[in-house]
Amino acid sequence: MSELLKVSSNPHVRSKSTTAGIMMTVVIALLPAAGFGIYNFGPKALLLILVTVASTVLTEFLFEKICKKKVTIGDFSAVVTGLLLALNLPVSAPWWIGVVGGVFAILVVKMLFGGLGQNFMNPALGARCFLLISFTSIMTNFDCDAYTGATPLANLKSGEAVNILDMVVGRTAGTIGETSMIAIVIGACILILFGIIDLRIPGTYIVTLAIFVSIFGAHGLNWPYISAHLSGGGLMLGAFFMATDYVTRPITKNGQYLYGILLGILTGIFRIFGPSAEGVSYAIIIGNLLVPLIEKITLPKAFGKGGEKA
Amino acid sequence: MNSVKERLVNGIVRENPTFVLMLGMCPTLAVTTSAINGLGMGLTTMVVLALSNVFISLLRNIIPDKVRIPAFIVIIASFVTMVELLLQGFIPFLYDALGIYIPLIVVNCIILGRAEAYAYKNPVIPSLFDGIGMGLGFSVALTCIGAVRELLGAGEIFGIHIMPDSYVPVSIFIMAPGAFFVLATLTAIQNKVKIAGEKKGKDMSKIQSGCNSDCMNCSDSGCTHRLYDEKAGEGDKK
Repeated sequence: MSELLKVSSNPHVRSKSTTAGIMMTVVIALLPAAGFGIYNFGPKALLLILVTVASTVLTEFLFEKICKKKVTIGDFSAVVTGLLLALNLPVSAPWWIGVVGGVFAILVVKMLFGGLGQNFMNPALGARCFLLISFTSIMTNFDCDAYTGATPLANLKSGEAVNILDMVVGRTAGTIGETSMIAIVIGACILILFGIIDLRIPGTYIVTLAIFVSIFGAHGLNWPYISAHLSGGGLMLGAFFMATDYVTRPITKNGQYLYGILLGILTGIFRIFGPSAEGVSYAIIIGNLLVPLIEKITLPKAFGKGGEKA
Repeated sequence: MNSVKERLVNGIVRENPTFVLMLGMCPTLAVTTSAINGLGMGLTTMVVLALSNVFISLLRNIIPDKVRIPAFIVIIASFVTMVELLLQGFIPFLYDALGIYIPLIVVNCIILGRAEAYAYKNPVIPSLFDGIGMGLGFSVALTCIGAVRELLGAGEIFGIHIMPDSYVPVSIFIMAPGAFFVLATLTAIQNKVKIAGEKKGKDMSKIQSGCNSDCMNCSDSGCTHRLYDEKAGEGDKK
């Protein structure tokens, strides 16, 4: 009898998925992009990735040890942060850039606000913007052994021709993980198949950007131009892996559509009207900051409340 | 003489306007891009604060209660104008560095706060030293923040190169976000020191503002947090 009747408090319906499991899936989904980055840019990319991941994990471990809190590096969220941050660095960056970025991401953006689930912006993107503002010349130097010169988006902005096929495959200058659209989409498919993310945010984000670019890009409905914007820069990585971050995206469905549209518009504004060629990271960070407001206006009405007024 | 010393200590440590009272955040965040700018801003504010405290204290029995804020502002603005012209004439590089923030000293809440909370109720000499103490506390805080930001953001302190050549300046620290990082970190360190001291059983009320929110029974009539004061009967109730 006692085995049949189990008294517990709610929630009674539980899922088998755990934070560690979700984060591990994200790490696996990032491996194609990371692998292509290492193949594309050489072993230095691998070194940078390892240093960055080590610094994020070590920062979380040391912070929790020093503050005598429960050590949470087992949930792999620090690994995801480190990996995402490393994929957002140019391969020419010295190793200490990864360390500084990793420490900032975990210590300032995540742990000081209360750890996983409490951070108000995506730690990897927060750190990327910190590095971008602090070390602009290092962070925008995309010269390496394989490629010299500007990224395709910068070329696009200055009106030069770009090779779409190279951009889709990833044979271009850029940060370690952003160049190959194919590798990122493979990772995104893994996430979608396992039900980690859905297409609401990435879909509206990408479609909005495409519409924005075709309206304001001064090229009209020019498919090569639009597809260059979609496959260039950090859009795919940002849309599938960073805008969908559980902690910093809106919870409500309508809020998620609104969030995606907002990100698309912001990215378009930064790319077309802004001084720099890329704007995905700033767009997502600003979007993160607006999430509480988005949730406030899209909060569904409780059952039985707010009906038609007579 | 005792009250002079007490006022100085109060301004610099116990009720440090920046780290404890969190007043005057606008110049604190905006001009501390280098140690010399922080020091210049702090000392400029100190001069205005000391002079305005003296004059408000002298006129405290003449100024009608209902129009005291406009009266304070007129006094403060006069001194700010003088200091501004003096800076422009004699220290032009500091005048250029501080820019709009010199005229903005008029609305610095430390100055108005001390006028309202202390100088308006106390005799001239303690008011003078209250102004000097608060101004010194402000200067020390701004110089500390400026020094840390300059060290990290440019590798220098007071324009003297300190960091090794291989150090790459973290330029975010001399931009606006750096001010928030440094101010928050210094305040946190300071609170940490206080809390550690309290745990060891030291009497930290000499260092901390010592406020237990019991303003009714508090003897510190100069407290800017004061919710209730003796004049409240005819004056304002916050």
